[in-house]
Amino acid sequence: MSDLTPASEAELVSMVQQAMSDATPLFVRGNGTRSGLGRTVQSATTLSTSNLSGITLLEPAEMVFSAKAGTPVSVVEAALAEHGQALTFEPMDHRRLYGTDKEPTIGAVAAGNISGPRRIISGAARDSLIGVRFVNGKGELIKNGGRVMKNVTGLDLVKLLSGSWGTLGILSEVTFKVLPKPIHSATLQFSNLADDKAIAALCEAMKSQFEASGAAHLPAGLDGDQAKTLIRLEGFETQLRYRLDQMAKYLSEFGKAEEIAEAESAVLWQGIRDCGPLAEPTDHAVWKISVAPTKGADFMARFASTHDTRYFFDWSGGLIWVAIDPQTHADAGASALRKLLAETGGHATLMRGPADLRSRIEVFHPQPAAVMRITSQIKNTFDPQNIFNPGFMYSGV
Amino acid sequence: MGTIAIPEPNMDILARRQEIVQDLQKLVSGEGVISDPTELVPYETDAFTAYRRVPLAVVLPQTTEQVAAVLKYCNKAGVPVIPRGAGTSLSGGAIPQEDAIVIGVAKMSRVLDVNYSNRTATVQAGITNLNVSDHVGPDGFFYAPDPSSQLACTIAGNIGMNSGGAHCLKYGVTTNNLLGVKMVMLDGTVLDIGGEHLDAPGYDLLGLVCGSEGQIGIITEAVVRILPKPEGARPVLFGFETAESAGECVASIIAAGLVPVAMEFMDKLAIEICEAFAKAGYPMDVAALLIIEVEGSEAEMREQLGKIIEIARRHGVKTIKESQSAMEAAAIWKGRKSAFGATGRVADYICMDGTIPTGQLPYVLARMAQITDHYGLRVANVFHAGDGNLHPLILYDVNDPAERQKAEDAGNDILTLCVEVGGCLTGEHGVGIEKRDLMRVQFTEEDLRQQMLVRAVFDPAWQLNPAKVFPLDGRVSGQAA
Repeated sequence: MSDLTPASEAELVSMVQQAMSDATPLFVRGNGTRSGLGRTVQSATTLSTSNLSGITLLEPAEMVFSAKAGTPVSVVEAALAEHGQALTFEPMDHRRLYGTDKEPTIGAVAAGNISGPRRIISGAARDSLIGVRFVNGKGELIKNGGRVMKNVTGLDLVKLLSGSWGTLGILSEVTFKVLPKPIHSATLQFSNLADDKAIAALCEAMKSQFEASGAAHLPAGLDGDQAKTLIRLEGFETQLRYRLDQMAKYLSEFGKAEEIAEAESAVLWQGIRDCGPLAEPTDHAVWKISVAPTKGADFMARFASTHDTRYFFDWSGGLIWVAIDPQTHADAGASALRKLLAETGGHATLMRGPADLRSRIEVFHPQPAAVMRITSQIKNTFDPQNIFNPGFMYSGV
Repeated sequence: MGTIAIPEPNMDILARRQEIVQDLQKLVSGEGVISDPTELVPYETDAFTAYRRVPLAVVLPQTTEQVAAVLKYCNKAGVPVIPRGAGTSLSGGAIPQEDAIVIGVAKMSRVLDVNYSNRTATVQAGITNLNVSDHVGPDGFFYAPDPSSQLACTIAGNIGMNSGGAHCLKYGVTTNNLLGVKMVMLDGTVLDIGGEHLDAPGYDLLGLVCGSEGQIGIITEAVVRILPKPEGARPVLFGFETAESAGECVASIIAAGLVPVAMEFMDKLAIEICEAFAKAGYPMDVAALLIIEVEGSEAEMREQLGKIIEIARRHGVKTIKESQSAMEAAAIWKGRKSAFGATGRVADYICMDGTIPTGQLPYVLARMAQITDHYGLRVANVFHAGDGNLHPLILYDVNDPAERQKAEDAGNDILTLCVEVGGCLTGEHGVGIEKRDLMRVQFTEEDLRQQMLVRAVFDPAWQLNPAKVFPLDGRVSGQAA
């Protein structure tokens, strides 16, 4: 096991060129806080971007920053906070789920398209990512996108790289657009709603004009005895007050809303962001499932009728986090989930599970044959020798 | 004639015209195939009218299956295909060539499904942008991207060009408001990418399709994000004595943590042209105008406007005019959105679409004036100031070949300037043929090669919109799938 930690783009290029000529597969990572995700990769050599660190552009008046890929997310967030700005998509921190330490990197946030509860109002990481620099599997340094928030010049490789988990290129620098940080926020909680009723409430909230920035439902037993249906609102002081009052009135058919004030609300949403309610027990597999919000409750009722699970909803009911014991269900419910999803529409990714499970089932949602063929061909254009995270996402990809 | 090359037609294909038309008529019956020379003329160009080529034939399918059959046929027959929405491209994205079939999606224009709880609308891709908003409007929803051509332009075209509009400062561009597409590939394969759920698994093909300028497939259906309308929206006019102070005001507003839903800039010539056309009540005694729109409840708008006005005063604003009614608000936007059309009444023009870091605005404004002065041309500036997307309209006489050349040269100089200061060749109009030969200003050979290799996965022999986006020399072909 050897580790490569390039300290410059030039060094990264030469390391990749070397790996290419030696046909050495590279396990590409930032600081490894998401170790435990993906299919099992056979690779003796790890390449970490941790030494490519530092903010290279910070223009608050243009709502944009660039940073080298290995820059810790916390460093980026602190620099933005000094100017009252933030990453709008609220990237999830996976350390709780995987029991890892060190600092998540901004490059991995881009490479994994990692978002959080605000994704339903602000888009995903890929929507804020406007520019990349990366080294492809031929050792070529490529740039795409830019530092301006509107750019449609040529094919949008930024989107392809985001969510490719290092299988297409090794990001060396990323550029994100940002927004002013919400000045205040608070949460409305409705209690004791059944899943279907709760999701109906969340969807109603999202249909309103009061710009809910979080819409989650924790069934009973997950965080206390009562089911909690949570709607986060933001704004400057009078605006927030107005929105809380209006939203409570607007959703009065779902019961009386209790207000959760700023500090407690922040802790609550951080837990939802990081899948806190399902982090323990650590030997349970965890799925991340995406469906249309209106289909979430029914989908989960059907799955839970045959499987022993714990779960909660985010994204207005469209994101379902599911924990399941692989001792009880040998494939962690994979085939049943995917069969149901074929009817419902949507996809499921195994976010956490023992290595043997990850080598037996598809971790990332299987794709139709035509899409899989395109996927392999795209991979081949970036990484013809298949040296980046070989087989991390799919067989050969 | 201008200097942008369009490939010479393949004589073999031209010789097979009759046979090809007959074959197409078997695939798309009735009035779905246009081959009469006079009826083909409306398809010879788009909104980049300086270049024209009459296509071999135009096909207007009504179903995804027909699109698939036609593409499959063209693929086998080796006939180039030009996808077309409404033909409003300002960069020549839909300009045909003589040996090509135009496939227009305008007849596929129905709304298939609306789901307010999911905040999604599923539409056929030939629907106009405005019709999506109009369809959901009575229920209090809208579709956010709002290009100025929204009355005519199609969702298919918006996806092809990743179109923006005046309100993307808050709501983003097409790619940020698109959840799924049905796309037909050149070999006739129909792909469903994404849907009402978020973040499709695997590589982000949806993101790749958006902005691909008709080079990787034809979109026949789309799932788009619809949003609840804000409680209220109010555009306010701010007049400044210099363009620079208007530019600095924009930067200060953003730096103060305020994100108005739109910030539009117009210079003196643009104000004059638009006011004469729309009678929007624009102030005529200023050098630059900002249209700043805030939205929300009355109290929210008041608070935001109060802060914006304070900043504008610090930058020496001369006139402030709030719209007092929905009619006045509509007139303010009508003036801005008709800027291109109104300019067309005054002179021929080419519309630039470069983007710049907003901090460079004062410098770029000054340099652009120098550039157009150098060529002895007039320029009207309208642009989306909040996001640095410039639309200088270079005025010229299309019947004067020397002046036309000057206009193209001035345009190229301006776009090169945009890239030099850290921006891009195009913000929302696309590369088309207009900026194709400037791609090397922004990208290295490796950058372009990687893009072309990805393109070749979908179209190995360059049959889909082949003369666009990438310089004609040095092209990379792929292996057949």
